[in-house]
Amino acid sequence: MNKTVRVALVALLCVGAAACQKKAEVKPQAPVEQTPVTEAPATNAGKYTPEDLDRDACLRQRVVYFDFDKTEIKPEFQQIMACHAKYLQDRPTSQIRLEGNADERGTREYNLGLGERRGNAVSSALTAAGGSAGQLNVISYGKEKPVCREHNEDCWSKNRRVEIVYTAK
Amino acid sequence: MRKLSSVFASVLLSVSALFAGSAAAQSLNVDIVGGLKTATPIAVVPFAQAGGAPLATDAADVIRNDFNRSGKFRSLAKSEIVETPSKGSDIKFATWRLLKQDFITVGRISDAGGGMLRVEYELWDVNKQQSLLAQAFTAPAGDLRGVAHQIADQIYEKITGVRGAFWTRIAYITAVGLGNNTTYSLIVADSDGYNPQVVARSRESLLSPHWSPDGKKIAYVSFESGNSAIYVQDITTGSRQLVSARPRGINSAPAWSPDGSKLAISLSYTGNPEIYVMDVASRQETRLTKTLSINTEPVWAPDGQSIYFTSDRSGRPQIYQISPSGGAANRISFQGQNNLSANLSYDDKQIAMVQGNGNVYRIAVMDRSLGGQVRFLSPGPIDESPSFAPNASMLLYAAIEGRRGVLYAVSADGQVRQRLVLSDGDVREPAWGPYRQH
Repeated sequence: MNKTVRVALVALLCVGAAACQKKAEVKPQAPVEQTPVTEAPATNAGKYTPEDLDRDACLRQRVVYFDFDKTEIKPEFQQIMACHAKYLQDRPTSQIRLEGNADERGTREYNLGLGERRGNAVSSALTAAGGSAGQLNVISYGKEKPVCREHNEDCWSKNRRVEIVYTAK
Repeated sequence: MRKLSSVFASVLLSVSALFAGSAAAQSLNVDIVGGLKTATPIAVVPFAQAGGAPLATDAADVIRNDFNRSGKFRSLAKSEIVETPSKGSDIKFATWRLLKQDFITVGRISDAGGGMLRVEYELWDVNKQQSLLAQAFTAPAGDLRGVAHQIADQIYEKITGVRGAFWTRIAYITAVGLGNNTTYSLIVADSDGYNPQVVARSRESLLSPHWSPDGKKIAYVSFESGNSAIYVQDITTGSRQLVSARPRGINSAPAWSPDGSKLAISLSYTGNPEIYVMDVASRQETRLTKTLSINTEPVWAPDGQSIYFTSDRSGRPQIYQISPSGGAANRISFQGQNNLSANLSYDDKQIAMVQGNGNVYRIAVMDRSLGGQVRFLSPGPIDESPSFAPNASMLLYAAIEGRRGVLYAVSADGQVRQRLVLSDGDVREPAWGPYRQH
């Protein structure tokens, strides 16, 4: 029991926390097996509900990380794109703000552009997977909102990210 | 306010070679990078005071610090000033020749009544025993620092032939606090960091302050509404105008045209950041660039005939030049993997930029007469926002030390570098203002 609580706590802490990035990279396999479970309840006709945002292992992952100088969505984040796109489809009134961020290298203004490029890449991936462009809003913070302030690649990799924020569920 | 300001800017001058590591949190260090063989030795004798309450400002100190920061002068340390003449007729030139001084400044301050001070000073050539300048100022007692900067400017110009830029102001952004409790402020201060005054405050990021050519307004970017938006604020009245806040995309990087009628800006509502010129009065926009890349950080050439900006159309960010009416853009930076954030000297001869090679970003200056060759003014690794003084003798830039943003003033030859720690928290985005009219 105690252990279960602890596991749940860790999982909660990992939502949006960049410090858990390494674990997040391993985790995407889990939702693959769990997705059928989420789709199972016949009452909802397999559709996501707002409660799933807190419950579903895939939907709970809301941060997409990028390689240095890259804007491509890495394969390990495709599953996240798919479940959030499905949510957008299932809940046509839902809205997502995609917050693009960059690491500290380069100027503030140029990094605003890089952050936006990443936000746009996630936006494209979500629309390609079935989401509607009208439900998505990209905003770039550049390097204004780092989650890590060390000057090394490990830290930079945590800052090169797009955060998926539901502004309407 | 005055008391607060002086606490924030309680400045200590120390040569970092002597006080390495012992710098107090709110100190101002002079880092002598190379030899100063070319710097002119000058003695600035403490000004005599006749009557009135003791003054909070040591005018001679202000002048000495200005000179040392410039890299052009090496002023005699106060502790080595053995005689204190206050008039030219009292100077014993043999003493100052022995101290190897080329020039000497003496002065005196008297109470002019009604809260005003009369400040008189003289500049003498030590070897020729010749008077070069003798001037007097009458100013409010609270503006003694301003008078001292003006004296430094006059002496600087008399000796070097170049107009001084000590009596100018700088703008910068501070971020105080952590995470969601961070407060961002747009600050205007004297060129040496004293008299900081808050122009704008926000709970969200502020960036890219840029002075209007008349020094009355600052254009800047604020995220206070959630997304980036461009504002223009009058720094005396505090009145503010929203200039661009398109809901889609970035509204950023404002730069005034030399005549103050236009702003070059970067907007991304079409999908990627492009350069626009906005007529400030009519708000009419002209789009200059049309690419699929990032185009940002526009700055005007001093003659207003071209705009320099950062673009990664070649794959990496580089500096380009374009006409303010649009057309083809020419790439002008070729050395280095990344070049960003151009800033021009008043005479258009030098272009400062941030050059990134690998993970090291340093301030570089391209001398246009030397065919694009650059010299580095800073050590990196995360230096940015170069901003020339109006006489191009020095530059300000931002650096990161540990987890903290700090500002540096560096002489244009890179020989003297001085850290300005202006307040608690992060300091960034410096912008050197124009010459002051009053």
